Amino acid sequence: MKSGSNLEKILKAGHFAFTGELGPPRGTGAEEVRHKASFLKGMVDSVNITDNQTAVVRMSSWAASLIVLQEGLEPNYQMVCRDRNRLAMQSDILGAYTLGIRNMLCLSGDHQKFGDHPQAKGVFDVDSMQLIGMVKKMRDEGKFLGGAEILNPPQIFIGAASNPFADPFEWRVHRLAKKIASGVDFIQTQCIYNMEKFRAFIKQANEMGLTEKVYILAGVTPMKSVGMAKYMKSKVPGMDVPDEIIKRLQGVDKTKVADEGIKIACEQIEEFKEMKGVAGVHLMAIEWEHKVPEIAERAKVLPRPVID
Amino acid sequence: MIVAKRKPFDEIRQLLKGYKKVLNVGCGTCVAVCLAGGEKEVSVLNAELDMAGKLDDNPIEIAGITIERQCDREYLEALDSKVGNYEVLLSMACGAGVQFLAERYPQIPVLPAVDTTFIGVNQAVGWYEERCRSCSSCVLGHTGGICPVTMCAKGLYNGPCGGTNKGSCEIDANQPCAWYMIYERLKGQGRLDCILEITPPNDWQNQIPRTVIQPGYSKPETTAK
Repeated sequence: MKSGSNLEKILKAGHFAFTGELGPPRGTGAEEVRHKASFLKGMVDSVNITDNQTAVVRMSSWAASLIVLQEGLEPNYQMVCRDRNRLAMQSDILGAYTLGIRNMLCLSGDHQKFGDHPQAKGVFDVDSMQLIGMVKKMRDEGKFLGGAEILNPPQIFIGAASNPFADPFEWRVHRLAKKIASGVDFIQTQCIYNMEKFRAFIKQANEMGLTEKVYILAGVTPMKSVGMAKYMKSKVPGMDVPDEIIKRLQGVDKTKVADEGIKIACEQIEEFKEMKGVAGVHLMAIEWEHKVPEIAERAKVLPRPVID
Repeated sequence: MIVAKRKPFDEIRQLLKGYKKVLNVGCGTCVAVCLAGGEKEVSVLNAELDMAGKLDDNPIEIAGITIERQCDREYLEALDSKVGNYEVLLSMACGAGVQFLAERYPQIPVLPAVDTTFIGVNQAVGWYEERCRSCSSCVLGHTGGICPVTMCAKGLYNGPCGGTNKGSCEIDANQPCAWYMIYERLKGQGRLDCILEITPPNDWQNQIPRTVIQPGYSKPETTAK
């Protein structure tokens, strides 16, 4: 065991993992976090706590992670390279681990230009690839990036993202290989809608032996509306939404669109369960946390395994 | 070359507020080539300032001189006999030139008339694009001659990130993704192995003022004025 986190145990035991996501509030107070967490408890193995996602200021990821931990849920602490340098990152990791955080997701971060402080200076002292290596060094060598020894090194289960759809497509699997070489333990992918392209990506990863070295959790986000699908297709960089998805949502009665979105997600999850090289699903039900129990039920991933 | 652009006219006027005798010093090197602060731009700005002063019933005495390079002592010397006649110096050089001028004449206020913008290339007359951040540790040998520090909005050393959108950067559809370009160029050259290796965290050398002493040279004992 590298970290002993629940997520690590589930994956190591060979169970099909199911993780969720929770966005911290744009303000103070634990109530909103606790409320969102209440829908996820018992439904997911770990919940990603986003870090100023879309470059908009929110409660810090580690603080919201701790609230989630108090609620009996295991957080997956996200950290982006945009907002802090290597000193701040390493000290946050020490603090997070000390207070019980065991999983981390290492990300570059959306560019600050998208968010509510477009004038901000982006840090990017290290990139996501280098952040993975830094956390691994802290854990496995017990050393800071600068080389000094760490007293009681943090034992973190190291995650990262992978976008199988962004250009250049042929390079994406090599980028995955680089993240593995940097020391990543698990991967959560970008939201998948183009199954054909994803199958090609996983096939390539299988052929290169990558899926034996890393746990890949397929990213799923159910479409709530036709508008959301169109927005994801045209406005979200690196997102690949085939027209068939939009047509299928348009083809049902207006009151049934969200239900159809969940149905598509469940069909995807069924396929992922059988797909060689896929170790689980990462469900990103954006501002739709209350729907997670229903989705988990319909996707037949309940009850979640409990491992001592 | 170093590319600059002239400051907004109102900002220049605000900086000059209260001064009656102004010497505008142009620079004949980079900023002249990029049409921001050479001889021509000095005379245009002076004409505008002269006119604005007269219109405001607050005329100023403004003269202009353009030297070969403001970042070189050899050329600054030509100003020694002139600056004493003015209350203030306006410099149309890059930030380095402005500071070198201010260092040479510490009793006289030296004000910038341009914003130094980047190290870049001349794409067409009047059109310049950034290419270098002078990071002190050039990686162009491994990245197909395309700088990820400058051309990637996140300055990633191990790109591309997940925001690459049909070859464009996530920040702007008109901005090409540096890593997409790097990939394409190296692929064309059969050199993709260059970016298969992980680039370790950078040793940032541009966090303190840098000095370069070329081999065979040494720092002068005293700085001649």
